[in-house]
Amino acid sequence: MRTFSARNEFTVDLPITCPDGRTLTRREVLGGIGVATAALTAPSLLARPGSAASAGVRAQANLAPAPRRPGQGILVLVTLYGGNDGINTIVPTQDPVYAAVRGAAGIPADQTLRLNDGFGFHPSLVGIKALFDQGKVGVVPGVGYPAPNRSHFRSMDIWQSGVPERVDLTGWLGRWHDAVGADPMRMLSIGPSVPRALVGARSSASAVPNGTFNLPGGAPLTNAYLESVRAPTPELGAWAGRIIDTGSDLLRVSAQIGPILKGGGQGTAAVNLEGVADDAKYSVLERQLAEVATLIRAKVPTRVYSVSLGGFDTHANELGTHANLLGVVDRSLSKFLADIATDPMASDVVVVVYSEFGRRVAPNLSNGTDHGTAGPVLVVGHGVRGGMHADYPSLSDLVDGDLKVTTDFRRIYSTIIDQVLGTDPAAVLGRRYDALGFL
Amino acid sequence: MADDPRSRIAHLYRRIGFGATPTVLDGAVAAGFDATVDSLFDPSISDAGAAATPPPSSLVLIAPIPATSAEEKKARNIVKRTQNIGLMRWWLDRMTATERPLAEKMTLFWHGHFATGIEKVDEAIYMLTQNQIFRTAGLGRFEPLALAVAKDQAMLVWLDANDNKKGSPNENFARELMELFTIGIGSYTDGDVREAARAFTGTRVERRTGTISVLARQLDSSTKTILGDSRNFGFDDTVSFLANRAETAAFVSAKLWSRFAYPVTTSDPVVADIAGVFRQGGDITTVMKAIVRHPQFVSVAARQGLVKQPIEWVVGSMRALGMRANEFEVLGPDPVGTLRDLNQVPFNPPSVGGWPQNGYWLSTATALTRLRYAIALAGRANLSWLTGVAAPGRPDAIARQLSVDGWSRSTLGGLQKASTPKSQLAIALTSPEYVLA
Repeated sequence: MRTFSARNEFTVDLPITCPDGRTLTRREVLGGIGVATAALTAPSLLARPGSAASAGVRAQANLAPAPRRPGQGILVLVTLYGGNDGINTIVPTQDPVYAAVRGAAGIPADQTLRLNDGFGFHPSLVGIKALFDQGKVGVVPGVGYPAPNRSHFRSMDIWQSGVPERVDLTGWLGRWHDAVGADPMRMLSIGPSVPRALVGARSSASAVPNGTFNLPGGAPLTNAYLESVRAPTPELGAWAGRIIDTGSDLLRVSAQIGPILKGGGQGTAAVNLEGVADDAKYSVLERQLAEVATLIRAKVPTRVYSVSLGGFDTHANELGTHANLLGVVDRSLSKFLADIATDPMASDVVVVVYSEFGRRVAPNLSNGTDHGTAGPVLVVGHGVRGGMHADYPSLSDLVDGDLKVTTDFRRIYSTIIDQVLGTDPAAVLGRRYDALGFL
Repeated sequence: MADDPRSRIAHLYRRIGFGATPTVLDGAVAAGFDATVDSLFDPSISDAGAAATPPPSSLVLIAPIPATSAEEKKARNIVKRTQNIGLMRWWLDRMTATERPLAEKMTLFWHGHFATGIEKVDEAIYMLTQNQIFRTAGLGRFEPLALAVAKDQAMLVWLDANDNKKGSPNENFARELMELFTIGIGSYTDGDVREAARAFTGTRVERRTGTISVLARQLDSSTKTILGDSRNFGFDDTVSFLANRAETAAFVSAKLWSRFAYPVTTSDPVVADIAGVFRQGGDITTVMKAIVRHPQFVSVAARQGLVKQPIEWVVGSMRALGMRANEFEVLGPDPVGTLRDLNQVPFNPPSVGGWPQNGYWLSTATALTRLRYAIALAGRANLSWLTGVAAPGRPDAIARQLSVDGWSRSTLGGLQKASTPKSQLAIALTSPEYVLA
């Protein structure tokens, strides 16, 4: 199976254009990062809204969660690499064109899970359907950007940068991080790498391994390591600066997160992996989200989490593969929502699921689908306003065999930046876009 | 320091090899930069290290192994996993043993360029066959290399050749060939992709036997128009046509420069210099020599412009300490597991785009993995070259052993604070001086 993650970066020397139109060189971009990190200190400026009250509130864990507090939320970004087939994810059950064009590569209407009179969820999305019925799933169909690009890499770059009209090496959440002031605990990517979306001009998210996060070698070695990453090394250039920064961030982030993932400490529990399969291939997203749930419940001051799943590039024999993948997504999200359900801040957590493009309306003769354009975005959470929040694209009014975009992706970002992260979207996207109704 | 001949030759060895041991570097400095380039590129130099690490000869096709019952499936998966991990370990061991490191560096480069992954290809033997193409043809002309890779089982399986049929072309291979292997994104339209896909119809690989054949009834032999050129393009002439385009010379030159010197786009002036050489026949040895002899190759931009790929870091550290990858299979640390945590599993790049570079390798999570591995490696290494040195001399001794020019004040502070030779070595291996390529 083919998976997609961060793009080939050998174009990294392109100048970076900031939202204000100023151009940064790579040297400026990377040279600035050193400013953002300091030695091992208490993350005082990081207190997440509400976390001060955590000890008292935990006692009330059985009560219904407090209502969502606008602008004080936590974003969990779920990236599906490879191009998820949106048409088979949210099926237009009443459109005769669907059955006629998709044929054996489509889902019979009576197998879908009813969303409303016109649409049904893919049969694998049992848990999502249940959450939808509880009003906890916002569906935004037909999301994309002008002049669709069918390259995985370019299209994912556009989604992750939030800038469709030119190459911009910063990510939309990276620019948010820059705008509010970088801190290594503020954005966490679960896994070894940080996707472009979370890389800013002056800062980057921290990466937390899926598993344990304890430093080896004991205190003497930790102290020597701390000494070696204490000061910048401008004479060695920008990448050396990044190496130093990731080292000092490691010390800070692991000091805070290591004990939580280890579990057994006061007020913390190890990651709940009950019912999660051993085979990493089918459980990687579940494990990532279980870790996020643990960190949220432990009240770390993180505002943005990033997790991902690959394998959605279903050029051949799509039905079985896609059903398995959506089953993974469904299990993972259902468990995550359940894991955080009793947390008093549960309503503040908003999950956004997206992919770099949808797939072509007509299947190829390998019972798969080739790269397409617009696709659905799912917004899931205890404090989300459920329902369909945009028009589903027509299956007959196509451009080059592909769906027309009904909803600009920046409307989603703008809504999230404003309603979840509490920042003026113009600081990140250059302007504010019309809000969508999912929050 | 950067103009120092020893420093320049050490840089050369890091970039087109896996670094030089002190003895090798002493010899190379005596011979000089130009003579060292010639000997590094000399294909006639014998390689006892490669001879001692022959590729696994017992790999079998997995597809024909029956897998109907759960037990059979389990047995089949065990064979598959054993073969896959064995293949990965073999290549890492070859990289630590070889005396012609350039051949392995080029193999790694082409593996990232014509990227295919074992997860989808699903046959270790196909991955090995392709790997041998990179090794034997990777320093020859680009066109035959591209042809050999394109019509090979690994690539045919990876990009869905069996689904590409007359009347229902599957565009996967045509698109990636243009976007990632030859002319580069921006040099073609979606229409060119659709036309080229028709040229590749009918060629398939029989999964049970590995036989590559052309099915006449699935071959679209009508006229195709690619990049404005209309004719009855077939499989080979489409690959050759694209391989010989000027855009390909620029795109592949930019990629070679980006991976061996520092990241550039095709519009960078240095690419014009290299692409000019590439266009004269596309001989990769000639192109690579032009790269390492280019004045910018030893510039500050180059010295500071690349982070070691994890495979380079793991293999380089073993070579510097006189160790072989196969020493670790039982006692650990497992290099393959470490590389998984560092984001670079050999034979399994994250996508058809290969591995990204520089920033992709740097995160808090990979910093932790590097520290863990460095401690384990230092614990297993024979440190007699270090333990006999008095404490004040150890930082210099480590710099010499790791082929690093010297230490920053920061790293030196850490080295002085570390209480044992082992922890000093671990600090050095994770320092920016050593993590940079």
